[in-house]
Order: sequence, then structure tokens, then C-alpha cells
Amino acid sequence: MSEAKTSELSEKRPAGDITRVINDFSIQVATVNGSGSQSANSVLLRSIFQMGVPVSGKNLFPSNIAGLPTWFTIRASRRGFVARKAEIDFGVAVNAQTAREDAMLVRSGGALLAEASLGLAGIRDDISIYEAPLSDIAAEVSSEARLRKLLANMVYVGILAELLGIEMPEVELAIAKQFPNKRKAIELNLKTVRAGLEFATKNLVKTDPFRVERMDRTRDMIIIDGNSAAALGAMFGGCTVVTWYPITPSSSVVEALTEYMARYRIDPETGRATYAIVQAEDELAALGMVIGAGWAGARAMTATSGPGISLMSEFAGLAYFAEIPAVIWDVQRVGPSTGLPTRTSQGDILSTYVLSHGDTKNILLIPATVAECFRFAQEAFNLAERFQAPVFCMSDLDLGMNNWMSEPFEYPEDIPIDRGKVLTREDLERLGGFSRYLDKDGDGIPYRTLPGTAHSAAAYFTRGSGHNEHAHYSERPEDFTALADRLAKKLETARGEVPPPIADNVEGADVGIIAYGTTHHALEECREQLRSERGLRASYLRIRALPFHRAVRDFIASHRRIYVVEQNRDAQMHALLTLEYPALATRLRPVLHYNGIPIDARFITDSILRQEDKGV
Amino acid sequence: MPTAADKPRPKPTNRAGLILQDYKGVDSTLCAGCGHDAITSQIIRAFFQYGVEPHRVVKLSGIGCSSKTPAYFLRSAHGFNAVHGRMPSVGTGAILANRHLIAIGVSGDGDTASIGIGQFVHLVRRNVPMIYIMENNGVYGLTKGQFSATADEGSKLKSGVLNDLPPIDCCILAIELGCGYVARSFAGDPKQLVALLEGALAHKGMAFLDVISPCVTFNNHEGSTKSYKHAKETEEPAHEVGFVPFFEQITVDYEEGETRVVEMHDGSRITLKKLDREYNPTVKAEALRAIRAANSGGELLTGLLYVDPSKPDFTELLGMHGRPLATLGTELVRPPRKALDEIMESLK
Repeated sequence: MSEAKTSELSEKRPAGDITRVINDFSIQVATVNGSGSQSANSVLLRSIFQMGVPVSGKNLFPSNIAGLPTWFTIRASRRGFVARKAEIDFGVAVNAQTAREDAMLVRSGGALLAEASLGLAGIRDDISIYEAPLSDIAAEVSSEARLRKLLANMVYVGILAELLGIEMPEVELAIAKQFPNKRKAIELNLKTVRAGLEFATKNLVKTDPFRVERMDRTRDMIIIDGNSAAALGAMFGGCTVVTWYPITPSSSVVEALTEYMARYRIDPETGRATYAIVQAEDELAALGMVIGAGWAGARAMTATSGPGISLMSEFAGLAYFAEIPAVIWDVQRVGPSTGLPTRTSQGDILSTYVLSHGDTKNILLIPATVAECFRFAQEAFNLAERFQAPVFCMSDLDLGMNNWMSEPFEYPEDIPIDRGKVLTREDLERLGGFSRYLDKDGDGIPYRTLPGTAHSAAAYFTRGSGHNEHAHYSERPEDFTALADRLAKKLETARGEVPPPIADNVEGADVGIIAYGTTHHALEECREQLRSERGLRASYLRIRALPFHRAVRDFIASHRRIYVVEQNRDAQMHALLTLEYPALATRLRPVLHYNGIPIDARFITDSILRQEDKGV
Repeated sequence: MPTAADKPRPKPTNRAGLILQDYKGVDSTLCAGCGHDAITSQIIRAFFQYGVEPHRVVKLSGIGCSSKTPAYFLRSAHGFNAVHGRMPSVGTGAILANRHLIAIGVSGDGDTASIGIGQFVHLVRRNVPMIYIMENNGVYGLTKGQFSATADEGSKLKSGVLNDLPPIDCCILAIELGCGYVARSFAGDPKQLVALLEGALAHKGMAFLDVISPCVTFNNHEGSTKSYKHAKETEEPAHEVGFVPFFEQITVDYEEGETRVVEMHDGSRITLKKLDREYNPTVKAEALRAIRAANSGGELLTGLLYVDPSKPDFTELLGMHGRPLATLGTELVRPPRKALDEIMESLK
């Protein structure tokens, strides 16, 4: 952008006149994937975070290695709202393929930083436009073509630091974090950021209202993605066998786990691994190995996404029916079929709850935060072993692959490793024997022994075919009914032991909202919008597991209208609630978001108000 | 008048102090005369003779007639009748959980060569320590007699339908993929089969046995190439297989050039006595050439087709703990508080 143009804009909106918007805006960077923009965006995010400002980042990327458009959204929110903000306040246009569109997406009154060669200078007159020759500035730092391309992204970090008031020492620290132990990379990136900053100081006059100012709302907090958090949970949860088949967006669960385990799960005495991680030939084998391992006593898990879940369907029924512990992480993406493999969804809830043929019902845990990923990863093993059943952890791409702020995770003092009803040799000596599928305790959960138990009465035969209490093959009608009923009873027991929902009941509220998983983050903000814009005070219940805890029914029964907000087309949780509570079904109204982009508060608020306005 | 000879003699016990009867399971429900039952008998015998402690064994299978058989042997071992064609992954998981287990998987030609070929291939590739028996009769029995992928070209169904697709030779496949113990046998040749099974028990890594096991109901007629009659007529043992377990300190003098001795990992020895042909099961290319020649000549070449006792198995490749992962204590599977503190600090 020419000096002249800048001053012209400045004349239109002199800096002194702008109402300043502090720590409450979104930045959307439009680049090309594979160009190193992710490092630049992480540095930007982390720098703001280190200034004590609540921040969240969302990567909208294509299913591609390099060369296609990708967007990264950063939201700074002094109130701590971390859901996606629908409006783009500050755009950064680097990608020629989408530049004009990107410029048009910025909200009126917003700002745009554009690569100068894109020629976007006059494209809008209702936003501040800054132009900078990002590539040329990078070229001055390094003449190497490949590096120049990567560094061009760091240039905009420097410019934004100057324009938004991000403190340089924090940028320096963030770069050091981004490239741990890589002195050369740190120096080069720092040099580039400084070059960008210098360019901005010399050539750009600030005309936009957005500023970052130091706060104290992120002290001692961590930044982590949900998949890494799940991996940490698994490691501290005593996971011993991990099998997987690579699939976006779940691969980084096992990749992170592989790194952590290699560091923290080697027996110091023997130097040997206290775990096994196996990349299977497909998802069928991945779950087969988990089942074999769970049967033989390991705490075994796999991680996958929708297409993998479909492939695991047959084995899931075996684990349910033969009563074998298994933990399966489903990092949901948009389906059906290949769908949008790099976009987020909550579309596997219904099918996973009843995954497999015949009468099957599974335990599902639904984390909403990275802290819950950490916690549920541990609880999943306990529940799987306690209930001798597959337990599915229903994460999603938004939670799994994006970076989130969190309080540091707590050491799981309160989550002892619970192996469930396993009889040892000593137990068998005392008891004389056991019947594998006998409901001795009346909770539907039988006792098991592990292969290798040195007792002549330890062995039993596991099968996916009909069996009686003694694990003998049986086709007798009464044996099958008894078995099916006991399995149902076991699930009834589970209702009281899965993570209960979290309710925020507003005294006298007619309206209730039910959500789950990452939809939660937009809900907090939505409720504030409903309050401030309409004076509508709504209660809120966040479901954290299936089968439904009894508190779910109570919540529905105590509100006239319940909006069930979720990120799928077919109102899947709504459907499950309707099935479970038919008498209350007319109270339930779906609010559905299913375009692959994380749901935002404005969407929910508008949908609820539209339905409220229609009258009851 | 009773004599001393009529007194019941104490039944012989093995090194585990058990009798043959202890290695049996429930009664078979397969058709009378089924080849699978003959194989079951030799599994019982081999495990007895080798003195395996039954509680250390896991018996695995997929789906099909063959997959029912683990119920018929070693009643004191845990058994797992899994899903069709996917026993290898379940077995792999069990071994990962507890590397001290002795795994025996029984599958059929449908379960292995069709629906299960992917998992079979990867089981071999990983060299998971497991004895894998394919009870091979060329047809699907439980679904009443359709061709399987090991049926020979030109073989005839009872209904007269001819098979016009070439068979998959799972021994060739296993050798190609680096299996360290590959054998072919025949349910009607118990002496050879029991020696091969004992050899498999002594092998560290995956052992694959393709055992021709005629289906008396659906594939034992004239025109079938997997019938008792056809197998008897065409069987050509590559050598006479013998087995000397590590705990029997027998010194035998073998005639130079007449008997090949394979030293197994645990000190047991497999003896391969020369018959009418030269057969070297330690050279991959030679083994493959001989099997292919036999196949094209319509011969059923049996014996220890390929052996390499030196390959590291999957548990070694993974650097796994010497103790079963399944029962490691909390102190080994949950890192200490300072580990979490360190990780949290790095994320701030």
C-alpha cells in the first residue's frame, strides 16, 4: 500500500477518533497449506496468550499436503469466550487464490493486512487496509527460495505485533517455544518478525481500532490440543496397548502418545517399554488387537474417526457381546463417506451409541474441553474394565486438532487404576471356581479371569455366538433372553457411573438448552447474548456421556422448551433423547449446525430467538 | 481270573505331570470322519508330549467349522472364537498383553484365504509368536459347500460345478512374507503332523501349518482335489519329520547326508530324514521352487517346507517389557507426579 493511500484512509478515520477495541476481536489469516503458516499462527496465538489475554485458535485446513487455501482464526476475548467468532475483525490475506474473497469477508469497520502484490488496496473503503510486500521482506532475511516462502508468514506476525501492540519479548518467547532447541530456526524467525515489525513502524499508520493489552487471565494456564491431552490421559491412565490406523483427525492422538510414552513409560530398571504401540493394517485389525489385548488383561485403546468407526462395527459388537474392555477414541469429522475429512462434526453420536448389528448399546464419553480429554481418557479405561465393554470417547476435530487454553491438568490422584472384576489365582483357590457370565452381584457385571492365570478353573471360552452363564455355547431361547437382559442391566448400572451431566439451572427459567462436546464453548457466549439482547435467561445442561445419566431426564422435565444444540444434520442427540423420554419429546427442539466449521454463538442465539419468536 | 496284566496301568504323565486326557476339550460336534477332528487329536498329542502347561495357552479361532475346534482341545486353556477372518488381530492383541502366553490359532481356508487374507498376511509380516493352523478342505462347510480360495483349478463340487479360478497357496505366501516356520501336512498323516506341531511349539515366532483336512460332507467325492482319496494318492512327503524336544537328552547318530537336523530356539531338534528327493527347507528360493514344481505336477508336497528359527519375533521388535503388560503395577504404568508437572510446565 502506498503512503498516499494510507494517509487518505487515515484522513477518513483518524486514529484518535476510533473507539478502541481491546482484547476482543478475531483475526483470520488466509494462506496456502504447506507454506509454514501454522508455525506463524501458533506464534501469534501464543504471544497474545502470554500477554494474559484469553485466546483460541482454529485451523480450517484442506485435505491436501500443500498448495490449497487454508485459514487460521485467532480469537482474543477478554471475557474468555473461546468458541469461533463468526465475524472476522482483522483479515490477513496472503493467498492469491482467495485474496478477493478473503478481503470481502472482513466485517465493516474491520481491518485487512494484505500481501502488497495482491493489489487489494482499493477493494473496500469500509475497512482499514494495510499492504506489505511480505515475500520481499522475507527475501531480505533469506535468499533461499524455500526458506523465503516459509518466512513470509513470520513477516505478518511482526507487522501484526506492531499494529496490535503485541509485545516483542512475548513474540520472542513464543518463537523459542515453537522451535524448541533449534537455535538457528529461532534466530531466523526472530529476524524475520523484526523485519516485519520494522516495516510496519516505518510505513504503516494504524487506522483500525484493535489492540492487545496486557491482562492477567492466562496466568499458569497451558495451551494444548485435545488429541495431545487425550494421549496424556491415556499415558497416565495406565494404557499398555495402543493400536491404530492413521486417519485424520485422530492420527495425532497416537503420534503424541508415541512421543510421550517413549519418554515417560520406559521402565528405568530394564530399559524396556511398559507399553506396545502397533500401527495396524486397517481399523478392523486395530480394534481386533485392542479386543485381544483387553481380553488378555491389557488396558488397550485405539483412535480413529468416522470411517474407521464404520469399519470397526463388527468387532464392536463382539466386544459388547463377549464383554471385553476396549477404549476407542472417535475424533469426529464430517461424514458420511470421506465427507469433509478435515472439518469438524458431531455426526457419529447416534450410530456409535448403537454401533454393530443386533441389539447393541455402547458407553460413550463426550469431552468438551482438553481437560476432559485428559480426564476421560483415564476414566474410559476404568469404565471399560469395570463394565467389560467397549467405551467410545467422542471427541471431534475442533477439540482434537485445535489449540485450547486450559488450567494445568491435575495429577489423577482421584482416578485410581481400577481393573474391575478380575479374579486371580488366589480368588479361584478361595472360590473353587467361577462362572464367567453369572450376574453374582446383581449389577449385570460378571467376573472374568485373565488368560495365563495359573489355576485349572481359570479358563473359559469366549465367543461371539450365544452362550450361557458358564460361557458354554448355547442356542436355547431362555439363555439368550437372559443374556440380552443382563447386558441391558449392565448398561442401566452404567448410567450412574458415567460422568454426570453438568447443569446450570436458572431459577424459574422456561427455556433450557442441552449441548455436548465442543458445542459447549459457544453456549456460554450464546447465553450471554440471550440475556443481554433479549433478557432471556436459559438454563443449560451439558451431556457428558451415554447412556443418559438420570439427571438428564430431570433437566428436561423441569423446563418447558429445551433447545438441543448439536453439530450434525439429523439431530442425533435430539433423536436419542426423544427415544429415551418419549413423554417429554414435544419439549425438545433441535438447533443444528453442520457445515464443517465449528459452531458459533451468534448462530445458536439467532436460531433460538427465531424459534422463540414463532411462539409456542 | 484276573492277572497282573489286567490291572489298569497308570496313565503316562508328561513333564508337567499331566496325562493325555488333560489336553482334551469338549466332544466334537463336527461330522463323523471330519479331517479337523484328526488334527485336533494331534494337537492334543503334541501339546501333551511337549508338556505344555495348559493355563499358559490361548486358543484362538475365527468363524467356520475349523474355528469350532479350539473347544475340542485343552479345556484348561482360555479360548476365543472371534469374528470371521480376523483371529490374527485378536491373537496379536493377546500376545501384546501377555507375551508369556502360548498362542495357537485354528482357522480354515475360507477364514484365512478369503475374508482373512489381509490379517493373515500382516500376522506373518509381523512375525507374531503364534502357531497358526489352516485346516484346508477347499470348501465352506458351515454354509454348505461353496468353493474357497484354496480350491484347485478344475476341482469339482458335489453339484458338479467346476472351479475355474487358481488356488491361493498360503504356504508360498507365508514363505514369501518371511514366515520362519512353514509346513504342509495332511490330516491322514498323524505321525508327520504331530512332529510338525511339536516343532511349531519349539519355534519362536509365527509358525504356519497348512493341513489338508477333507470335508467328508461337502468335498470328499470323486473329482475333488481335497478328498481323503486324492490327498492319499498325491501326498509326497519332502522328508520324514521327527522331533526331539529339548528336555529329552537323546543322542542320535544321524547318517551323513541322510538326515538334516534343525536346531530350534529352545534347544529342541527337528530331524528331517531324506526320502526320495533332495529337499532343503532352509533356502527360501529352493523351497519355493520345489513347492511350485509339486503344485504344477499335481503333487501334495508335505513336510517342513521352510524353516528359519533365527528371526526376532514381534515382541522383541517392539522392545516390550519382559513381564506381561497386562499385569504391570501402577508404579510402572502411571508416570509419577513430577512427570506431569514437567509436561504441564512445557505447555505454559
